[in-house]
Amino acid sequence: MSDQIRLKKGLDLPIAGAALCEVTKRVAPGLVAVKPTDFRGMVPRLLVKEGDAVKAGTPLFADKKCTDMVFCSPVSGTVDAIVRGDKRKLLAVRIAADGKNESVSFDVPKAASLDKEAMTALLLRCGLWPCLKQRPYGTVADPQAEPKAIFISGFNTAPLGADYAFTLQNDFDALQAGVDALGKLTKGGVHLSLDARKFAGDELHKLTGVIFHSFEGPHPAGNVGVQINHISPINKGEVVWTVDLPLVAVIGRLFLKGVYDTHRTIAVAGPAAVNPSYAEVPAGVAMADLAGFFGNDGEIRVISGDVLTGETVGPDGFLGFFHNQVTVLKEGRYYEMFGWANPIRSKKFSVSRTYPAFLRCHKKYDMDTNENGGERPFLMNDVYGKVLPMDIYPLQLFKACLAGDLEKMENLGIYEIIEEDVALCEYVCPSKIAIQQIVRDGIDLMIKEM
Amino acid sequence: MAKNFFDKIRPTFSEGGKLSWLHSSFDAFETFFFVPNRVTKKGGVHVKDCVDLKRILIIVVLSLVPALLFGIWNLGEQHSIVFGLGWGFWEKVWYGFVKIIPLYLVSYIVGLGIEFASAQMKGHEVSEGYLVSGFIIPLIVPVDVPWWMLTLAVAFAVIIGKEVFGGTGMNIWNPALLARAFLFFSYPSKMSGDSVWVGGLSKALEGGTPWKGGEVVDALSGATPLSHASLDGLSQAGTSVLDLFVGNIPGAVGETSVIAILIGAFILLCTGVASWKIMCSSVLGALFVGWLGTSFGVTDIPCWEQLLMGGFAFGTVFMATDPVTSAQTECGKWIYGFLIGALCITVRLFNPGYPEGMMLAILLMNTFAPLIDHYVVSANINRRLKRAKTV
Repeated sequence: MSDQIRLKKGLDLPIAGAALCEVTKRVAPGLVAVKPTDFRGMVPRLLVKEGDAVKAGTPLFADKKCTDMVFCSPVSGTVDAIVRGDKRKLLAVRIAADGKNESVSFDVPKAASLDKEAMTALLLRCGLWPCLKQRPYGTVADPQAEPKAIFISGFNTAPLGADYAFTLQNDFDALQAGVDALGKLTKGGVHLSLDARKFAGDELHKLTGVIFHSFEGPHPAGNVGVQINHISPINKGEVVWTVDLPLVAVIGRLFLKGVYDTHRTIAVAGPAAVNPSYAEVPAGVAMADLAGFFGNDGEIRVISGDVLTGETVGPDGFLGFFHNQVTVLKEGRYYEMFGWANPIRSKKFSVSRTYPAFLRCHKKYDMDTNENGGERPFLMNDVYGKVLPMDIYPLQLFKACLAGDLEKMENLGIYEIIEEDVALCEYVCPSKIAIQQIVRDGIDLMIKEM
Repeated sequence: MAKNFFDKIRPTFSEGGKLSWLHSSFDAFETFFFVPNRVTKKGGVHVKDCVDLKRILIIVVLSLVPALLFGIWNLGEQHSIVFGLGWGFWEKVWYGFVKIIPLYLVSYIVGLGIEFASAQMKGHEVSEGYLVSGFIIPLIVPVDVPWWMLTLAVAFAVIIGKEVFGGTGMNIWNPALLARAFLFFSYPSKMSGDSVWVGGLSKALEGGTPWKGGEVVDALSGATPLSHASLDGLSQAGTSVLDLFVGNIPGAVGETSVIAILIGAFILLCTGVASWKIMCSSVLGALFVGWLGTSFGVTDIPCWEQLLMGGFAFGTVFMATDPVTSAQTECGKWIYGFLIGALCITVRLFNPGYPEGMMLAILLMNTFAPLIDHYVVSANINRRLKRAKTV
């Protein structure tokens, strides 16, 4: 076990509607979608056409730059539609499941008998390579790269996030097989960070072949980027890979069962969710299959992911590949007379002490999507650092991104963050600046220019 | 009702409407009355904290109110003393009120006018930054300053100090101090000397307006304590430490009462709006140089008394802490604040021509704040580079 790292900066959003630890719905595969847009830095080349029959594990599209890297169908059925956007950009491949649950069966040797090349080739062929993300930039991992190490966050601190201890309770063997497989890909070891508050009792603690770390603190302590920054920060020229814990189990299932099995238990939560709890779903599940959770009380926003980093998909959308939760919020299209001058404003939360919200420490708030103000230039300079537990000057980095100054971005630590790490900065920003977008543009510029 | 009114006139100011070019102004008024109905955008966070700049700036304004209220009373008090009028409480307040209102009108009409025009020209939303600057300016200029001078000063501060750099959030110098500096250097005769800090006195001296009794001698020696910055001077002027603390002495409207300023500081620190690091380090800097001054016999005023005099307290609490013009890094704030305090007292001790060092100290450090930040950020960069080399 490694030393315990205690983070003070950050914020646990007191948002109402946490999911009860109970699976209340099991969604049989209906319509699902695989979205190339979930994978940063990948340009898809389509391998199927509408009407084709597919099984779970049949490649749907491949990366143009690395044609070995395929992205597979999560269910068996037929290709229902190929959805394109502006300039014919491929947005999604929709599969209508046939209910037969057939899978392509892969011939999988024992993980212990494989070397790095063989393991890479296997994961590429079975469509599981895209589970690996690469830092810097959060792109799909480059199979040619030599990663310094692989990092996994063993706990989830995102607002209303799925509790891995619950969702993966029956997947211990798969997790062990997954980390064994990942261990073959790097010489630096597989680093697993656990929540210090339940470190000893954590089932994950029994895994072998991993290097443990323990973190204590508010969100974003569970973000793998923050953990890397404290364990072994990314320097220029270095590459590390990260895998979400539920996807480690997915990789493990390949070795246990020889199939591409991406079904998962997700949290459906949020202030506007009816009976917030967990659901067992196939990857890329249609939100329509979860409609029972949404209610019909006014205009709602259905988010694949959490409220800080998730993507608005709407009630007709589909779950993202990396997402383990669906959040339902009320849209905040209302006016509030002299809201900014109201001394109490008891229904709204603020981390700043300009409202007395800090006195009501245990209250949960029915948060909605209102911006609570207009966009202004950067003014307050000390709010961002308080929610970013990294050795980074956030304001200066954001300004470097805005200016497109590559050298400054590099010097100030662009390699160490991706959007999710600065999401809280955007939440607290009194100037209502779209910080994640600024960082995203900055990263895109880095990818393009470097 | 107000909602209906805005709903009714909104189409006129929206795109395609008759007055669509006035959209920024409409927006400014609408968002003043109502927190808008805008929702979070795609690709960002979906919920946002309920604090916005309006909230932060209204807290700053609120924290200035005690200083203003005391200043209003004190204007009447000083006038009454100098002219031997023996006024009661309400007469003093009324006098102060009548004196200060025109300054506020000028400050806000000119300042906000330029802000609106400039936002209008750029098609931006009007930023609230001037609400605070406009509130501070009347508190730090001589109360008898002619309106046209104040107009020029405000216009200078807003246009040259702020808009040319891109508006709120982009300026290098504190706009309120810039207005005062403009007056100070452009019209020195109106800005310094003993008589300018008492309402009506300079006019009386110039124009020979009759006043009761022969108090003019007392009046002159009772003027701003900083003109007599020594223990002898203070005692000659009849100013006790308690007077300095309470603030019933001549001086700029908002600057005299340390008690009122401390109430403001309390509000700012409790709400976390202003940086405690800057306030703290500025006091430390002042004490340090004040102590050096007494140790080497430059002055006989104990260092802690320096904190009570002149604009030090007001500057430390309300102007050094301006988040835009101060240092932006937490470590930089310690250096920035310390140097402001130290420079303020240094100017006071060594330059009798400029007894009030606070304005110059803050403006100078505003200028150097980016340099301080540069070195603090460079240290972070070097740490990162070093890390890369050692791995």
